[in-house]
Amino acid sequence: MDETVAEYIRRTVLKIPRDEIKMMLQKWDFLSEAQLQTVNFHQIKDNISQEVVQLCEENSADIKQAAVLDIIYNHIYQNKRIWSVYQMRKTGEELEYFDLTDFKKKFKRRLRSALKNVTITFREYEDNAIWIRVAWGTPYRQPNQYKPSYVVYHSQTPYVFISASVLRSNLPLLCQALIVASNYHEIREMELRSHSLNSLKDIVFKRYSQNFQTYCPKPLQGRTVEPESVDLRIIHENKSEKERIQRLNQEAFGNGPQPILQFAQYKLETMFKSSPEMDVLDKKEPFRCLVKFSSPHLLESLKSLAPAGMADAPLSPLLTCITQKARNYFRIREKKGLFPDSFVSP
Amino acid sequence: MAVLRPLDKLPGLNSAALLLVGSDEELQQKLAEAILQEKRDFKISIHIATSLPLPSERDHLRPRIDLIVFVIDIKSKCSLKNVEASLAYVDATFFLGKVCFLVTGVGRVNCCSIETNAICKLGEAYCSPMLFCELELEGVRVSTAQRLLRMLQICAGLVPGFSALSFSLLMRNSADD
Repeated sequence: MDETVAEYIRRTVLKIPRDEIKMMLQKWDFLSEAQLQTVNFHQIKDNISQEVVQLCEENSADIKQAAVLDIIYNHIYQNKRIWSVYQMRKTGEELEYFDLTDFKKKFKRRLRSALKNVTITFREYEDNAIWIRVAWGTPYRQPNQYKPSYVVYHSQTPYVFISASVLRSNLPLLCQALIVASNYHEIREMELRSHSLNSLKDIVFKRYSQNFQTYCPKPLQGRTVEPESVDLRIIHENKSEKERIQRLNQEAFGNGPQPILQFAQYKLETMFKSSPEMDVLDKKEPFRCLVKFSSPHLLESLKSLAPAGMADAPLSPLLTCITQKARNYFRIREKKGLFPDSFVSP
Repeated sequence: MAVLRPLDKLPGLNSAALLLVGSDEELQQKLAEAILQEKRDFKISIHIATSLPLPSERDHLRPRIDLIVFVIDIKSKCSLKNVEASLAYVDATFFLGKVCFLVTGVGRVNCCSIETNAICKLGEAYCSPMLFCELELEGVRVSTAQRLLRMLQICAGLVPGFSALSFSLLMRNSADD
């Protein structure tokens, strides 16, 4: 077995928390049950990884199998990476039958024709998701297995989720290969990024609980029974205001759990507006400013701003439109044009 | 009657009413519960509002307010603005000892967005005592509740020989020292 493969497997095993190593190796299905029984999973991880590498040596693992183990790890720990969403478009509306083998063949062929040294691995999961791992090399160097890109593609949808490696120069090539393999014509990056892959899927597949405009003449009286612990000596004077805020929040954010996003970024390219006496800028050019909101769970925290008294309800539509517009990176210009799109065709 | 006046209603027998005005209702609720836990020998009712003026529909049900506590969260400029806007709806005679400012959030020094200077100026401008606390800590909450309860007792006239005005003068003199 190759030295580099052994080292790669050892490092991958070291990344896995000790309690989960056995489960992941079983999922990997490369080492037999009998072999796994011989490993002591209660010792320190260094030793466990050495034993695993030994067993892989016996089975003559190559880089292809090692890559599968890496996909398994990244599938379970998908939230450690940042995912961007890309949307593909095709002219013409015919729904073609999706052939997985055909897809894989075309994808590999396209990538390999441009770059000889790549490692491409596929793995399918039950929710119709195809995970693709690509390790990039150059014409003169072997692929760097430690900085691969991951692509998650749901074949019945035009969306692709990409977690690019640091080497962004390979992104156009990856996009091209995806369009060619899936029979689309264009691909563009949606301005939507997050650590939580499932939340991104929820947003673009519209699986979050949307608020439909139903005509409600007065708020539903479901809550007339107060909880037992209400003290009659404490009187809330602004109950109707509280209810108004609740209602506005519900309209803006819906009832269910919010998708998990970590950032919202607004790039302002607007003119600085000040009173005429404060002539701050001599030349009238747009004032460049970047506003970034960050939080472990941005939408929940936005939702709780008004009830906590930290902002007025209703919140600015720039904040509440995030899930509906499926983007969290905005560019705000002067009134004329909004949110430009840009498509990249091969 | 949009403006709150201290003497426009008759007092209740052996009772006192406290009004908490501030933007964070949950924190005020916790403070109110802490106050109610304290031992006392008079009836108490605590009114929690996010801003003034109070809704006029409940005017006839409301007792005479003996002490108004304006809660400012030092982490939120919004709460200061809210309190400043609400101050306009309080009659000037209330500020003779029946108003107090409670500044919370001082435990989180990194997250201060209001300058203490600005708040102290506010306290001086309105001649009212300013208490600093951290309502998120239970111990501090309990001691703040005790202080407020004692102030409420004085402002409701339930401490013989001691009025709200004399108490506020006492607080100011000791603060200047």
